[in-house]
Amino acid sequence: MKTGATRLATVATSAQPDVHARLEGVTRIYPPRAGHGEVHALGPISLDLRAGEFFSVVGPSGCGKSTLLDVLAGLAVPSAGTVEFEGKPVRGEVPDGVGVVFQEDASFPWLTVEDNVSFGLRRSGVDAAETKRRVDFAIGFMGLRDFRRAYPSQLSGGMRQRVCIARTLVLQPRLILLDEPFGALDQQTRLLMGDELLRLWRETSATVLLITHALDEANLLSDRIGVMSARPGRFIEIVETGWPRERDSRLAERPDFGAVTARLWSYLRAESMQALGQGSMAR
Amino acid sequence: MSKATWIRAAVLIGAVGALEIACRSGAIPATMVIAPSAMVVALVETLQSDDIGAHLSQTLSAVAIAMSLSIVGGFVIGFILNWVPFLRRAFSPFLAAYYAIPHFAFYPLLIVIFGLGSTPLIVLATLFAMVAMILATMAGLDRVPRVLLKTARIHRLSLLDEIWRIRLPAAAPHLLSGLKLAVAYSFIGVIAGEFILSTSGIGHEIAFAYDNFDNPRMYALILFVLAIVTTFNMVVYAYERRLMRRRGA
Repeated sequence: MKTGATRLATVATSAQPDVHARLEGVTRIYPPRAGHGEVHALGPISLDLRAGEFFSVVGPSGCGKSTLLDVLAGLAVPSAGTVEFEGKPVRGEVPDGVGVVFQEDASFPWLTVEDNVSFGLRRSGVDAAETKRRVDFAIGFMGLRDFRRAYPSQLSGGMRQRVCIARTLVLQPRLILLDEPFGALDQQTRLLMGDELLRLWRETSATVLLITHALDEANLLSDRIGVMSARPGRFIEIVETGWPRERDSRLAERPDFGAVTARLWSYLRAESMQALGQGSMAR
Repeated sequence: MSKATWIRAAVLIGAVGALEIACRSGAIPATMVIAPSAMVVALVETLQSDDIGAHLSQTLSAVAIAMSLSIVGGFVIGFILNWVPFLRRAFSPFLAAYYAIPHFAFYPLLIVIFGLGSTPLIVLATLFAMVAMILATMAGLDRVPRVLLKTARIHRLSLLDEIWRIRLPAAAPHLLSGLKLAVAYSFIGVIAGEFILSTSGIGHEIAFAYDNFDNPRMYALILFVLAIVTTFNMVVYAYERRLMRRRGA
C-alpha cells in the first residue's frame, strides 16, 4: 500500500515524533463478583509504542496480555492511568486508525469472503470505486482471490483468519493490534502467516502490537518484545531483537536467533511457574 | 436423489399404499378410515362446496394473525428479556414452566372474556405460540459469539447497526427454528380451539363432520390441514436449509 508511508509521515511530524501510542501507569481492576473478590488484572504498566515498529507482548497465561490489548484498543477502560493514540486520549471507544484481530474466529458466517472484507467500508462514506479498490487489494494481498464468493464455513481456520486480517486491512489501520491471531492454527500455518504478517507490516508501514504466547514467534516477528510478569501484569523486561526490517521465518536459522528466545525464556520461566501456582484463580 | 430421500419416499408411498389396500379390501371399514384416494376425491368435492370458503378464510386469517403476533411479539419480548438481565431473572421460571400448562383448559375462560368469534382463538393460539419464539430468540441472542460483538465495537457500529448487522444475522438460525415452531403452534392453537368450542372454522367443520359420521368430509379437511401446514413448513425449511448450507452447519 503506497499510501501507508505518507500517512505515517504525518504521524511522525506531530508533536511527539516517535511515539505512536502510549500507555501511562495503566491498571485494570475487575470489580468483585460472585465467587471471588476484585481481581487486579493489569499494571500499573507503561509503554511507548514507536511509530512503525513491530512490538510483541509475551507473558505467562492469565497475566493480562489481552486486557492490555483491550485497553489500548479502547475496548476496555483502564481503572487508572492514561492511554493515548496519535496524541489523543483513548477512553472507551476504538479510535479511527486502529485495527484489531482476535484469536477467535471473528469472520461473519452469513457473509461471503468479499462481503466480510468490505464490511467496515459499507456506510463509512468511502465511495464505491475506492471500496472496490481496497477490497480487491486486501483480498489479493491475503491470497483470497479464489475464495471471494466462498462462505467462511468453506474455509480452513487459517483462511478465515486471513479474512479477518483482510477485513482490518481495508480500513487502512495505522496501528494493528493482534491478540494471539495464530493461536488456533497449526505450526506450519503459523509460520507462513507470520511471514505474511511481516510483509503486511513492511508494506503498510503500520505499527503492530502482537500478543502471543509463542516465544519464537515473538522473537521472529518483532523489533521489540515486552516480557510481562505474572498477574497483575507489568513489563519485567523489554528485549530489542535488532533484526533487519526485511526478514522472514528463515531468520530462525541464524545462530543468534536461539539466544534471543533463550533470553525471553529466562525472564519468563519464574513468572510462568508463579502463574501456574495461581492457576486455580486465573481468569 | 440421496439414499435417505429414497428411503423416505418409500416409507411414505408404502404407508399410503398399504392404507389404500387395507381400505379397499375391507380390512379397515369405511366407518373407521376411508381410502387415501377417496380422501383426495372428497377433498376436491369439499373445496367446491359453497360454505367452505368462509370457514377456510376464518381459520387461515386467525392463524395468520396469531402467527404474526407471536413471531413479532415473541421476538420483541425475547429481545428485551435478553437485554435486561433482571427482567430475565424475574421471568425465566415462568418461561421454563410455561409449556407444562394445558393452555386449552383456559379456552372457555377466554370465550367469557372475549366472546365467541375469532378473538379468543387468536389469543389462545398467540399465547401458545409466542413463548416458543421468546425462548428461541433468547437462545439465539445468548449464543452470539462475544468476539463478534467486539468486532462491532471495533467497527464503531451504532447500537442499531450492531443489532441489525451483527446480532440478528448471528442469531438467525435460532430465530428461524423459533419461527417454525410459532407457525406450527399457531395452526395447532387455532384449529384445536375451533374443535373445542366454535361455530365455524376448519376445526369446527372437522368436529362437526365427525359428530355426523361424515367421514369423507372429515378426512378431506384433515388432509387439507395437513397439506397446508406441511407446505408452510417446507417453505421455511427450504429457506433455512439454504441459509444453513452457506454457513456450513
